[in-house]
Amino acid sequence: MIGQARAGKVTSHKHMLTDFKLPDLGENIKSGLITKVMIAAGDVVKKDQPILELETDKAVLEVPCSLAGTVKEVLVKAGQEVKVGEVIFRIDTAPVSGGPPKEDATVSPKDKEGAGPQRTPTPSPKPETPSPQEASPPQSTPESAAGLTGPLGPAPMVPSGQAQDIAAAPSVRRFAREIGIDIAQVPGSGPGGRISLEDVKAYAKALNTTHVTAKVGAGRDLPLPDFSKWGPVERRAMNMVRRKTSEHLSFAWNNIPHVTQIDKTDITELDKLRKRFEKKVEAAGGKLTVTAFLLKVVASALKVFPQFNASVDVAKNEVIYKKYCHIGVAVDTDRGLLVPVVRDVDQKSILEIAVALTDIAERARTKKTTVEEMQGGTFTMTNLGSIGGTGFTPIVNWPEVAILGVARAGLEPVFVKEQFVARLMLPLCLSYDHRLIDGADGARFLRWIAKAIQQPFLMELEGR
Amino acid sequence: MPSHQHDLVIIGAGPGGYAAAFLAADLGLNVTLIDEETTPGGVCLYRGCIPSKALLHVAKVLSDAKAAKNFGVEFPSPKINLDQVRSWKKDVVAKLTGGLGQLCRQRKINFLQGRASFVSSNSLKVQRANGPTETLNFEHGIIATGSRPAALPNLPPNSPRILDSTSALEVADIPESLLVVGGGYIGLELGTVYAELGSRVSVVEMTSGLLPGTDRDLAEILTKRLKGLFAGIWLNAKVIKMEEAPKAMKVTIQEENRKETQKEFQKVLVSVGRRPNTEGLDLKNTKVERDGRGFIKVNGQRRTTDPALYAIGDVAGEPMLAHKASHEGRVAVEAIAGHKTAFEPNAIPAVVFTDPEIAWCGLTETEAARQNRSVKVVKFPWAASGRAITLDRTDGLTKLMIDPQTERILGVAIAGVGAGELIAEGVLAVEMGSLASDVKLSIHPHPTLSETVMESAESFFGQSTHIYKPRPQ
Repeated sequence: MIGQARAGKVTSHKHMLTDFKLPDLGENIKSGLITKVMIAAGDVVKKDQPILELETDKAVLEVPCSLAGTVKEVLVKAGQEVKVGEVIFRIDTAPVSGGPPKEDATVSPKDKEGAGPQRTPTPSPKPETPSPQEASPPQSTPESAAGLTGPLGPAPMVPSGQAQDIAAAPSVRRFAREIGIDIAQVPGSGPGGRISLEDVKAYAKALNTTHVTAKVGAGRDLPLPDFSKWGPVERRAMNMVRRKTSEHLSFAWNNIPHVTQIDKTDITELDKLRKRFEKKVEAAGGKLTVTAFLLKVVASALKVFPQFNASVDVAKNEVIYKKYCHIGVAVDTDRGLLVPVVRDVDQKSILEIAVALTDIAERARTKKTTVEEMQGGTFTMTNLGSIGGTGFTPIVNWPEVAILGVARAGLEPVFVKEQFVARLMLPLCLSYDHRLIDGADGARFLRWIAKAIQQPFLMELEGR
Repeated sequence: MPSHQHDLVIIGAGPGGYAAAFLAADLGLNVTLIDEETTPGGVCLYRGCIPSKALLHVAKVLSDAKAAKNFGVEFPSPKINLDQVRSWKKDVVAKLTGGLGQLCRQRKINFLQGRASFVSSNSLKVQRANGPTETLNFEHGIIATGSRPAALPNLPPNSPRILDSTSALEVADIPESLLVVGGGYIGLELGTVYAELGSRVSVVEMTSGLLPGTDRDLAEILTKRLKGLFAGIWLNAKVIKMEEAPKAMKVTIQEENRKETQKEFQKVLVSVGRRPNTEGLDLKNTKVERDGRGFIKVNGQRRTTDPALYAIGDVAGEPMLAHKASHEGRVAVEAIAGHKTAFEPNAIPAVVFTDPEIAWCGLTETEAARQNRSVKVVKFPWAASGRAITLDRTDGLTKLMIDPQTERILGVAIAGVGAGELIAEGVLAVEMGSLASDVKLSIHPHPTLSETVMESAESFFGQSTHIYKPRPQ
């Protein structure tokens, strides 16, 4: 049989019932926890109106609605975890175009050709076939991968006749399925993002490599003993940030061979300078801290030692050198550890860095950063000096290859010109990925930073 | 009562059921195929795709013969021997169903003519046409029971003047006047056949255009031609009453402005859709669930909510198309045989076999608008096609729906003679993730209608050989 058949009575739909799905939130973000649902059935929503508050591992964000109309059905609630692509609510959108149906019906061959991304001038009472979406839980492609393991539950019907939007030939899709790869995750290297057989194989190989190394940890633990045997215990769910931190750091620790290089630098003069310019920076809206100075120095150091501003591609045996410099700064918040990123540190003055840093740290604490601001770093700094301690071994923030930890500065006796003098010494702890960086380079990098802090002209002479 | 342990039983031997059975047998499973007819074929062969296309061919020849007058070849009115038309059609069906019967025997498939119903998830009762009722125990089952024409309520029962697609295909006679209720593909195809054979045909359609759901520009090309062929087309109208009179059917049609007209027709063809066939299967004895519209719920492997049972074809959901059923049947069998497979096409083509034909696959312009998805639509009017002009059939349009960012072809739609054949290239393009460049750079033969596909792709880049677009000043 051909054409579009409809079961049951012919019905005429004057409106379109459309699903609003959770839109793409940025790279590597596949899901989030709903902290607030801002609409209810019956509400009229406008385009771009925020309808959901969502907590992801990077930030808490508001999700705007891309459609306008009346909300018919809200399918989620606060506290629920949702995936990108999942249906959030159903909305009765206004008819696409006004005007008497008969006239609009003609989009004749005389029309202008190829007039750009079009809203089609179809007649307003959309003579919709009662679309499959209305009848069954309209899940899109992410679910079809689940179908492989055979959920017995009311498994969703594949929306028929709709393009699955996987740019891969049928044979490639079959192959992926046979080897257990979700083709939707495979990056396509072909034109227009087309996925070839080689792309599927490369992806599978990369997965295998990381799986082999990530066998222990990354969420997979031995079964825990029953602690209540020994005394009372209380269980609390981990929040999103904690969970992501746990997963991320397990992975980093298990995949990166860490070495921590320890050094000290004399910040007696730096501290005097800081005190002199404190007020000026405050006036510009920032707090002038040792971290701000260090960011500047590190940005220069990364120019002299580019392998510290890179990533390791194990699958391809390549090193990816980044030609940009964005540095993440660890911030302790009430939700846990967050690492907002200061962009283009090499292009900012110390004043600008201080202002940017103060701003982004504050916003990270108050849940006002965007997803982008939490991503894209090439190096990370973590300063525990305000709290105390003489040193620590930070964990590299994969996929970066180095992290600089700073402990508490203290007055120490230093032997200068045949006598001991009191100098303010700052402990520096550099952890790095020994797959890419060898001990000598680690030591050189950190020594360069230590020297540049003591003699800033080094930055201009070598670090540009 | 004899009972056997079977690897696979399949209920329904239409294009879905028999494709599944043949693959299963080829993979080494022992298969029992159950159908009410004497041989496989289902609605498609017996009372659907095949007989309708045979009759549409007759209609096309009649139509083309008339049109030849345009270029100097005039035929006198043809003599139509309806008996011979019917018997030729029967021969076509017999040839194909006979062939299927042969393939069944060659593969040693246990074909049972009868009706099946479930006793449990792993056992069925078959009321055989010739033989005792059998109980079959099986490992896996595939439900491929298809669909049937939907009925309108409150019709005079058992009236010989009221036809559905099945009785219409019998072509018992050519009524002087025929009203087609429902302007979808079935009504229009059958209406075309009857009109060419000599009836005065009218159509009444509830929505604002023929072929609801199809892109309007394509439907319009067909509508224009049908206005010349059909005696009347009522849109935004519905039938509110039908009364049998001694010499005709009195039909009351209500139009948009609530105006009611009463007209008389010799026969009325009711073609308002199809519904899935699940009654009589005793699904309540299994874990199979249906959705709100009566389709059986299935997952990507076409497995139902009962792990032993699969469902394919019209009974498992839209689009209700034979080729979809066949592909689903193969996936279900592969899944049963333990392969990692899923039914995940990028594009299922659909064809309306009227004259001109309309065919589409992948994302339609209508669907793109519904999803709020930005697509670039490029069109090539057949008025600019050399081949179309030589055929004296410039009533056609080829369109490509292209992703503006990636250049990927998301959908293809064609109206015009032969659209049904031309669309296969579109399906391949969409399935392969082809870019407009790929189609533009693939040399299409000249002079053919297929060139319109290539030229549409060319125009995506702003320039096409046979259409001039002045450069912006």
